[in-house]
Parts: sequence; structure tokens; C-alpha cells
Amino acid sequence: MKNTISHRVADFLKNYPPFNQLLLEELQELATQISIIYKEKDAIIFNENDTPHTHFYIIHKGAVSLNKTETNTIVDICDEGDIFGLRPLIANENYKMQAKAHEESILYAIPIVTFKPFATSNRDVGNFLIDSFASNTRNPYSKSYRGTLYGEPESGEVYNPSAELFDLQPVKYSKKLVSCSPKTQAKVLAAKMTSKNVGAILVLEDKLPIGIITDKDLRNKIVTGKLPISATAREIMTSPVITYSKKLTITQAQMAMIKSNISHLCLTKDGTVNSKAVGILSKHDVMLAVGNNPTVLIKAIKRATRTKEIKQVRKSIMMLLKGYLNQNIPMTLISKIISELNDACIKQIIKNSITKLDTPLPVSFSWLALGSQGRSEQLLHTDQDNALVFEDVPAEKLEETKAIFINFAKQVTQRLNVIGYEYCPAEMMASNPKWCLSLSEWKTNVTSWITNPGKDEVLLSSIFFDYNNVYGNQELVTELSNHIFKTAKNYPNFFLHLASGSLQNPSPTGFFRQFLVEQDGANKDFFDIKRRALMPLTDAARVLILSHNIKSINYTAERFEKLAELEPNNAELFIAASYATKALLKFRTKQGLLHNDSGRYISLSKLTKAEKIKLKRTFRTIKEIQELVYIRFKVSNLLR
Amino acid sequence: MINFFKKSKLDLPEYWVAYENIFNTKQPENIQDITFVVLDTETTGFSYEEDRMLCIGALKLINNDINVGDSFEVFIHQDHYNQETAEIHGILKEGKTTRLEELETLKLFLAYLKNAVIVAHHAGFDVTFINSALERHGLPKLKNKILDTSTLYKKTLIRSNLLEKKDHYSLDELAEKFNISVKDRHTALGDAYITAIAFLKILVKLKEKKITTLKQLLRIY
Repeated sequence: MKNTISHRVADFLKNYPPFNQLLLEELQELATQISIIYKEKDAIIFNENDTPHTHFYIIHKGAVSLNKTETNTIVDICDEGDIFGLRPLIANENYKMQAKAHEESILYAIPIVTFKPFATSNRDVGNFLIDSFASNTRNPYSKSYRGTLYGEPESGEVYNPSAELFDLQPVKYSKKLVSCSPKTQAKVLAAKMTSKNVGAILVLEDKLPIGIITDKDLRNKIVTGKLPISATAREIMTSPVITYSKKLTITQAQMAMIKSNISHLCLTKDGTVNSKAVGILSKHDVMLAVGNNPTVLIKAIKRATRTKEIKQVRKSIMMLLKGYLNQNIPMTLISKIISELNDACIKQIIKNSITKLDTPLPVSFSWLALGSQGRSEQLLHTDQDNALVFEDVPAEKLEETKAIFINFAKQVTQRLNVIGYEYCPAEMMASNPKWCLSLSEWKTNVTSWITNPGKDEVLLSSIFFDYNNVYGNQELVTELSNHIFKTAKNYPNFFLHLASGSLQNPSPTGFFRQFLVEQDGANKDFFDIKRRALMPLTDAARVLILSHNIKSINYTAERFEKLAELEPNNAELFIAASYATKALLKFRTKQGLLHNDSGRYISLSKLTKAEKIKLKRTFRTIKEIQELVYIRFKVSNLLR
Repeated sequence: MINFFKKSKLDLPEYWVAYENIFNTKQPENIQDITFVVLDTETTGFSYEEDRMLCIGALKLINNDINVGDSFEVFIHQDHYNQETAEIHGILKEGKTTRLEELETLKLFLAYLKNAVIVAHHAGFDVTFINSALERHGLPKLKNKILDTSTLYKKTLIRSNLLEKKDHYSLDELAEKFNISVKDRHTALGDAYITAIAFLKILVKLKEKKITTLKQLLRIY
């Protein structure tokens, strides 16, 4: 009997494979045989080892998790349009997994007896089923397919790093660490270097790298007679050590060396100086591997004396970005390479600005990139968010000094604007007197944000705390960072406010995970991917990582990875969050390149069904992360 | 439900007697074993005397499960007619929508309904219309137990100074509240479907308030 409901069911089915392969009459026929099943959250649909039902399921609304009960792990999460519970019916075996309503759900149960003739008579339907058996899963929680969510379905090829992108291979570094203690004498350590035939030795204290001594150090410091041959490693070493993660690629290594003008990199477990050293990488290692491209761009940037030249290079950077995205290279890598290049541009602009000054700057300073740029997440041309901190000067000199720096900053921001960075509409730029302060002034500012966290203060700190020293005196920055952490530690209430601030943007999941489309203004009917999806993640990552007292990781995805390491019990969620961040960032970047804008507002009507599903899958993670922040920092106390 | 008519069983047609006899077996106590018939009627207007039913849409709900094939959707031939509502039916028309006479429809409906618990939004309206039709054909009123999703929904709302409870909640409001697509709104079976999903969601909410048996549900007013 055809009726209103069967029409409704058929109407839904026709949007999803393999049903989209069927004729409308066939679908309507099938639809009359279907049962509509309602499941409350956490209701079991079938258990592991149950004998199969007479029907399989397609999710109309909600989400269903497939679990291995023994290990208590989620193997897959299916949502709207996904089919599950079919394989056992065809293979004539018991259910291999438990199916449970992950959310309140409405399922359509399709009797296998009715469906089988369609599958056998229609080749496309049959093929789809075979395919979906082969790859049972398409979601970020799934272990074996993690990372392929954003894979290009049409090519179906897995990215092979050894093929054309030689320079993106991980570096081969020497794992045999040659190290000494800070007390080791020059004579002894030199002998060790000779016997091991290495050009650098790492100075370790409590297993952490505190310094490095190279042939050059020995030449410059001992042979010149500055220090006696009996000097200790601590006196000779260059410190702090420049550390990177062992997942470094050849290109990144090259850039790191060029950037810091050094010949050796220390690789540590998590890439920071706070973790165990795992290897050392020399310029020679890199030369052996030789790649040939972003390096060229870096060199071009470094040679550029005019802003116009840098603008040209930036065009090439965008080309490179497009290429990387098309080749489906991991997002972390893309972010790092592109932001290194962006950083290099900014650095060069600052350098050029300094040389063009009539009188030299009075004291040392540091140029800070804030927000997304500070987190190395800025891939497209967006606003400039920056700040300047200069060395303390006597009170009577302050105004004068500040005026000089503001004038300098104006020239820099102007040039940055020329190469494609829009001015920040909120004036969060070093050229603004409020964002161009002495170290002491910054400390006072930050202290008041932390100790007196109103809504504005929280907003300011969330932008400011992701800073990254782009150019200048690192010590100023380190001192400021230390100050921030010390102050925050004494005012735990601050984390509560930061946590609450991170929950300002509700996760984009409606009751049934419908898109929250922006309600008004010019961007009506557009989805604000930044505010709705990325910001909740970056905000949550910030407060979580700050509360762990980790200061050297800024990149959101990496923050989540670090969190997964720090909290093994939440590892699964944090890994999913890291994944979601990368996926969304990539999504935004692609959209931006496609429409030549910041990619922030996405027109829902222009997205394909597949893209919508991909986006929606990350929302689940956002919601769960927000719940975690909410509970951890007891935000409810604040809202009361 | 007290049956005021108490006619002798001999005076009543066979299909009615069959319907009545089913009530000798009691409905199970457990909510998930109970058969609910969620129904909605389309009428020519709001007057119980003047207006007539044009369509009855109903579906069966057993243990949170709706069997699409086992739903009820009958269009009724009426002399009292209204062009506008006819147009609404046109949406539903798939080739040949046959219209049955009112009595024929009632016969089929009684056979479908059996002793199920009736669920409807503003149930009083639909049940009164059916009862009026039954009366016109010399039959007693329906014997089924009745649940009204409008009343049940009110019970799920939190008591709060900030939230003013309304006297009536429309089906549209429920659909919005529970995020149910209103695609087939204003077709009898479509509305019955929306009501059914809303009912299931209401049950979950009432469960949190420890309302879990049919007896408790029937007591809500």
C-alpha cells in the first residue's frame, strides 16, 4: 500500500547510495516494506554475537555507534544516510559488533528479503555493497581509515610520499645521540666527538637538552683562547637548543636551518625542549636528502629588499599551497611549511623596515604574531593581528621610545598590507598605541587580564596568548611568557573564565546536528566556519594546554596531540579533536582558495552532500570537547 | 470509558461486535508491548455537526517501531465538500486515490484499530469527529483508551518562573521543538507520523519523570 509515509521514506532513500541507483517506483515499492524505528540515546539495536535480524538499517536521523564490546571501543559512528547491519545478513553470520544509538535516532529497517532482489539485479547496487564491505568505515573515529576523511574520493589513491614529493619525506636523522653532561670538560667532550665522528654534541641535563656544542663553538670559544681547555660544557654550549619534532620533513629542516642560521637541529620527542632528545640533525644530513622547492622561495624572500618583490613571492606561496592541498598532503605539514614561509615574509618586511629607518631603534624589541598567525594556522591572506614589545626604558624615556616604535610599526603594518595582509578591523596591531608596549607595560596589562577577567579581558587574552615571536629579542618574549604562566598559576579562577569564554560559541550541532546558519546580516545563509567550528576548538585547546602549563606549543592540532599524550584516558577524543581541527582548517583553506576569500563564510547551498556530511562529522567532536571543558573547569559555577 | 449506549449486542452489526469483543482481552501493562494507533483526521471544518471527515490517517506503533506497510490512509467520499481541502489531498494523490464511503471507512478503521490505545494531537477533536460519524450510522462510541500528545507534552515542560506554560501547543510547535520535519504536514497520515515521533520523544522525557506505565499516562491531565 503506497501512502504518505512510504513516499516520505522513498524520498529520503533516494538521496543515499545504493538506493539512489534504484528507480523511483522500485524505491516506493521497497519503502512500503520498511519499518521506522525510534531509538532513544544509548538504546541497543543489536549486540555482538546476536543472530542477525531479518532487516538491515539506514539511519534517517541521529547517529549510531558500532562497538566492540569486549574492548569497549567504538569502531565506527554512522550517521544520516549510513547503512549498517547488512553484512551479517548477506554473509549469514552473527553480528560482529554491537550497534547502539549514539544519539536519539530514527532508523529505517529494510527487510533483506525485499532488498536482495534489487542488489542482485542491479549491478551498481551490488558494487556499492561490495565496496562498503571492503571499507566499512568513513569517519574520523575509525582507526584504520583515520586521515582519509578528506581524501579525494575520485582519485582513490593514497598519497605516497616517496613519489613526487621527495622534499616532504621525514628526515633521516642519526638516532645515536652523542651527548654529555653540563659538567663535562671541553677536552673530554671533544675527544668523544672525535671518536664518534660527529660535528656536534648535545648537552643534557635530566635527560633534557639544554644546549649544543658544535665544532664551530669549539673553534670560536676554545681555540681563540676565550675559554680554557678545562672549561665545562655549560660554559661553551650554545643555548637554548633549537628543537623540532622528529616528524620533521626535509623541507622543514632546511627552512629551520636557514631561518636560525644554524647547522644542527635537535629533535625531541614532542618537538619542545621539555621532552627527551631523540636525535640530532645536521646540515649535512639535509644536504644528502636535498629537495628543491620551498627553499627556493625562502631564498627569494631573504634576498628581497623591496616590498614589491615579497609580494611576488607570496603569489608563489599561494600556488604552492594550492598544489599541496591538491596532492592531499597532511594538513600539519602544509600548515607548517606555509606558515614558515609567511613568517619569513613578515620577518623580511621587518628587516627591510629597520634598514630603511633614518635612525636606529633605541632598544631591542620583539614583533609578535597573534591569533591564528601565532598558532601557525594562517594559510590564507587574512587580517594582521600583531603586537610589539620593547625593552624597558627609564620612565622619562618611555613616551619618546614608544613613539619611535609606533612609527616603526606603522611602516611595517603598511608594508604587510601591501603584500596582502588586511588591516585588523579591531586595530589589534603593533601600530596601535595599545598594542605597542614596553615589557613592563605588557606585564601589567596581562596581569590585569588574568586577575580581573571580564568578558573583554578573556577575549583579549585568548587572542594574545597564542603569540609567536616573529622577529626580534626572544628573551623579552620568554620573560613575558614566564610572567603569564606564573600569574595564571596564582589565579586559577582565570582558567574558569577562559574556559567559559571558550564555550561562548555553541558547537554547531543542533538537536539533530543541523547547521546553524548565520541568522542575519550580509552573511545570511552562510555557515561561519571560523566562529562555529574552528574557534570552539582553538579556544578549548588553549585553555586546556595552558592549564597543563605547556607553553611551547601553539598549533591547535598539536596542542590536542599533546593533550592526548598528557591525558591517556581522553586520548581518543583529543586525537579526534586534532583531526577535526586539521580537517576544518583544510576545508576552510580550500573554500578560501576556491572563492578567493578568507574562506570563513561557507555557502551551504554550494556544498555537496558529501562535503556537508564531512563537515557535520567534525561537529560531534566539537560538542564533546566543549562538554569536557565545561565539566573540567566547572563552568556551570560561573554561569549560575 | 463508559459506554452510555449499551445497546444489545444483537442490534449491532458483526464488525462492531468483533471490534467490541477484542476488548475482552486486556492490553498489556508494559508500554513497549502496547499497540498504539496514532491517528489524525482531515475534516472540512471545525463543526462537529456540520463538517465531515475527509481522511483518516493512522499508523501502528509497537515497541517504538512503525511498520510503514501497516499504516492506514483512507480518503472518504463526502457530500459536504470543500474545494480547498480537496486541493490538499491532491498533493497526496498518487495516480488513483480511491475514496470510500464513510461507513465503509469506519468498518475498515475499526478492524485496523482493534483495542489499541489511541494517540492523537488534540485527540478530543479527532475522536469526537469519529464518534459523530459512528453515531450517524447508529453505532456506539469508540471504546479505546485515548492519549493526547498535547496534554502529555505539557507534562514534560519544566516548572519555572521564566517559562510560561501555554494552554495549547500546536503540532507545529511540537515539530519545531522536537526537530521533526513538517514535510507532510496537513495530510492525515503525515500529521499522524509527526504526532507519533513527538509521542515517542515525549515518552522518553516522561520516563525521566518516572512516568512509565499506561495507567500513569492516562492519569495525566
